[in-house]
Amino acid sequence: MKLNRSQMVWRAAQDIGDGWLVNLGIGLPVAVADHIPQGLDVFFHSENGVVGVGPLATGNSADTDLVDAGSRTITLRTGASIVDSAWSFGMIRGGHIDVTVLGAFEVAENGDLANWDMKVPHKGPLVGGAMDLAAAAKSVWIVMEHNTRSGGPRVVKQCTLPLTAPRCVKRIYTDLAVMEIGPPGVIVHEIVEGVSREELQQRSGANLTFAPGCKVLAAPPLADVEA
Amino acid sequence: MAINKSVGSAQEALAGVADGATVMISGFGGAGFPNTLIKALRDRAPKDLTLIVNSATHRLSFTHELIDAGMVRKVVCSAARGRDKGLSPFEQLWKDGKIELVCLPQGTLAEAIRAGGAGIPAFFTPVGFATDLTKGKEVRVFNGREHVLEHALTADLAIIRADTSDRYGNLTFRYTQANFGPAMATAAKLAVAEVRLINDEPTPHDKVQLPGIYVDRVLVAPEIKP
Repeated sequence: MKLNRSQMVWRAAQDIGDGWLVNLGIGLPVAVADHIPQGLDVFFHSENGVVGVGPLATGNSADTDLVDAGSRTITLRTGASIVDSAWSFGMIRGGHIDVTVLGAFEVAENGDLANWDMKVPHKGPLVGGAMDLAAAAKSVWIVMEHNTRSGGPRVVKQCTLPLTAPRCVKRIYTDLAVMEIGPPGVIVHEIVEGVSREELQQRSGANLTFAPGCKVLAAPPLADVEA
Repeated sequence: MAINKSVGSAQEALAGVADGATVMISGFGGAGFPNTLIKALRDRAPKDLTLIVNSATHRLSFTHELIDAGMVRKVVCSAARGRDKGLSPFEQLWKDGKIELVCLPQGTLAEAIRAGGAGIPAFFTPVGFATDLTKGKEVRVFNGREHVLEHALTADLAIIRADTSDRYGNLTFRYTQANFGPAMATAAKLAVAEVRLINDEPTPHDKVQLPGIYVDRVLVAPEIKP
């Protein structure tokens, strides 16, 4: 059974470590925060300078001076602090972010990431902090659908879209599998029930190897989030 | 004479800003946009400006009005994407070759501004290596990893939004209002802040987030949003 989008971010959230500083990309990855296992004390970083993003602000508590990188009004968790942009990116570039969870268009078998430029003609570039996070977080995890809408692979031998950073991705969480980028390339650690190894390989552009302990990828029932 | 950086009008705040100026504009995600000063700059209408701004297209900033008004010849930013499927006026100008666009990774932009205010003319960063945004830039290997040479950014004018000031220009910021503001003020020859309030009493030293030595003029202006 392939995972829905909530289940994909749930699965990524299960691998977050206690005490980590975590940066979540705009879009689907921010939902990772909703699924952190009980008992973990995790700080979320937002590139505009927030160290300790709390839940979204609602109603009267919303303050337009307190926003995250996606311009959403937020709250702060206890122990939070706020720095300016130069310091915030110094935090990213200096390797102080334990993991960043990002979306992607393509990931290559050597860990190359393409997630910022779809090559839409004449539309202005929008890179934001994508390159900083990809190049400098201690670990880069990707949450994305295994295939494009037209069925093409997103896990590829070589990226066809412009790179965000070379050789940076460590793990990939898709609706079909959990994969690691290692020295031999893409290593599958978990695969959903009902999809064979052959089918997963056929739906991937890169050569897959299967970890000796390759397990079933399962998640609790969760309502899907908007695409 | 006792220092007093307060000015009485937006016109006064921008006195002396000339054609060809390089202008830094603060703001991120709806917080810290100096919209009163941006509007005043549009009314003053200097030509051939270079803008240094994180997002040239944010819906809560008036920055795009400077571009739409034809006052800008070059934009240095990390986000230039129009919001609609069709081309924005900025994208149309870019497509027609009438405006120059330099896109930098956001952290490189922030660090280039910081460096500009801190006497560092250029720096090496691992960010952007092997991407379209660093084509042609010098690469050097440090600790076994490739780094790209990036140059500092400075400006003739920085316009920023803060929460409070005192007569010395010591600024405080609310929550995420600071973003690019402090670094931009350090990197500009003329730094102008619009604030909610100028306090009569000096700001306690441990509350000052940007020392007034970086701030030349302060204007009280209620926050305006598009």
